[in-house]
Amino acid sequence: MSGFLENMREKPLTGTMRKDGEPVGIKEYEENGGYRALRKALDSMTPQEVQDMVKAANLRGRGGAGFSTGLKWSFVPMGSKAAHPKFLISNSDEMEPGDFKDRILMERNPHQLIEGMIISSYAIEADMAYIFLRWGYQKSGRIMAAALREAHDAGWLGRNIGGSGFNLDIRLHTSAGRYICGEETALLNALEGKRPIPRAKPPFPQAHGLWGKPTVVNNVETLCNVPHIVMNGPEWFKALSLCGDGGTKIYTVSGRVREPGFWELPMGTTIRDLLEGPAQGMQTGYTARAVIPGGGSTEFVLPELFDTPMDFDSMEKKAKSRLGTGTMVVLDDKTCPIGLVHNLERFFARESCGWCTPCRDGLPWLVRILASIEEGGGRPEDMDVLKDHTWLLKMRHPYCAHAPGAMEPLQSALTFFKEDFDRHIAEQRCPYKGGQG
Amino acid sequence: MLSDLERKEIEEELRNYPLPRAGCLDALKVVQRHRGWVPDEQIADVAEVLGMTADELDGIATFYPFIFRRPVGRHIVAICDGFACWIMGYQKLFEALVERLGVSWGGTTADGRFTLLPISCMGHCDRAPAMMVDEDVYGNLTTEQIGQILEQYK
Repeated sequence: MSGFLENMREKPLTGTMRKDGEPVGIKEYEENGGYRALRKALDSMTPQEVQDMVKAANLRGRGGAGFSTGLKWSFVPMGSKAAHPKFLISNSDEMEPGDFKDRILMERNPHQLIEGMIISSYAIEADMAYIFLRWGYQKSGRIMAAALREAHDAGWLGRNIGGSGFNLDIRLHTSAGRYICGEETALLNALEGKRPIPRAKPPFPQAHGLWGKPTVVNNVETLCNVPHIVMNGPEWFKALSLCGDGGTKIYTVSGRVREPGFWELPMGTTIRDLLEGPAQGMQTGYTARAVIPGGGSTEFVLPELFDTPMDFDSMEKKAKSRLGTGTMVVLDDKTCPIGLVHNLERFFARESCGWCTPCRDGLPWLVRILASIEEGGGRPEDMDVLKDHTWLLKMRHPYCAHAPGAMEPLQSALTFFKEDFDRHIAEQRCPYKGGQG
Repeated sequence: MLSDLERKEIEEELRNYPLPRAGCLDALKVVQRHRGWVPDEQIADVAEVLGMTADELDGIATFYPFIFRRPVGRHIVAICDGFACWIMGYQKLFEALVERLGVSWGGTTADGRFTLLPISCMGHCDRAPAMMVDEDVYGNLTTEQIGQILEQYK
């Protein structure tokens, strides 16, 4: 299984990464065909043609929401009447619990992201681009900064890139913590030097973004796919996938599996193929009880649905969860599910920006109740309070998607692990001892 | 007051942005790099350079967990409390660190050497449990390794 998945397919994003884990430098990147897609776009394609190609490839945003990248770009005002400067931003604020795919892409193939950003900027006629990097990714920052200097020296950044008349600079902005900065409008406030709380939508950033100018915010993995689409075409890209969404996906598996890690596989690889293939199954003495499939803000999926393909539509329709970032964490049978949900809700409560009341006050309340159940002080009526919150904090009740995301693991846990909740409350203790395997 | 060097470095950082206030986080980081933290007086000084009020800048400084508005130790020990690390043994690691350092969250050792902080999932889930000391990442940690790791930071 592992051999088949590992060797049979093309791996445009990771195939040229170095085995020693060091970043691919500009010389090696160009020898592998790097910057040829940029050359092709600048020499032979209009910005509109690049947009159309990415749309035809059915590239869906890899930051979690899965919105069509080409469609997102198509809302940017184009041509001589459009407001300038326009901006393109790489959302490199990867902070979704369980997610580390973008770090791998930046640390090991930095020029792929840079080339993707330049082509994407060309497609929306952007004048300036930013990499918005999370504080914890210091190594990614050093590698990206060095690669930006190389790209500049090689003439791929700056004025009149490759003699095309297109100008672009990319600046690196390193944040100082805070999950909410990954929400695209909070990110814009952060970059403007404001307190990073989300903005109301509409207006959407494509028309009124950074400093009120047209702006596109794309995830790292999304941008990294763009050069490959431009080079090889939409049909090639769609053929990489096992479903209607184009391309490969960087999947990761963590938790008590034998080989936690990251793998680039066809979009639509099943949960089971990931778990039993490259992750090599559970460690001895542990059984998989469920997975959180795509980061902390996705619902648990039980083993009877492990044959679900990990693509956007299947994960929603069949598994009643979400693909999210495609970065899976396994809940094993020795780990307390209430403890796990408590850990997740504590994260969401701490990372709430505090702007709107339901999120600011609701999440800490949930944390106190979950802590009390875990520590043996739970009351039967606590279950109703937990359940009520999944309604109070659902989509469109709070100001942004932060608290609704926090409700996804909780509401599925209330159904799937009801017996565990009841037992904690009835026995006034955690049956998993310290709450941890 | 800002030192001449701080002022010069802040001006360099501001060149990356079209408006001064957009560079506020970088400016705060300059101060923190020189002083270890950002005192009230320097909040006011930096705000003046950026054309902001001190309160406005403090509202941003206090929003970010890695801008320190109180003195911290020479080294920051940040333990990942993401759920992958939690599954893989975060609690034991945390307890061992508390015992060794004699401080809990936000505390600084009496010798001013270490400050202990939580960090939200730091993206090393395949090497859980993980922690950072300053800018260095350590993964697949066991409690036995802690002493040896901390010894490297004087």
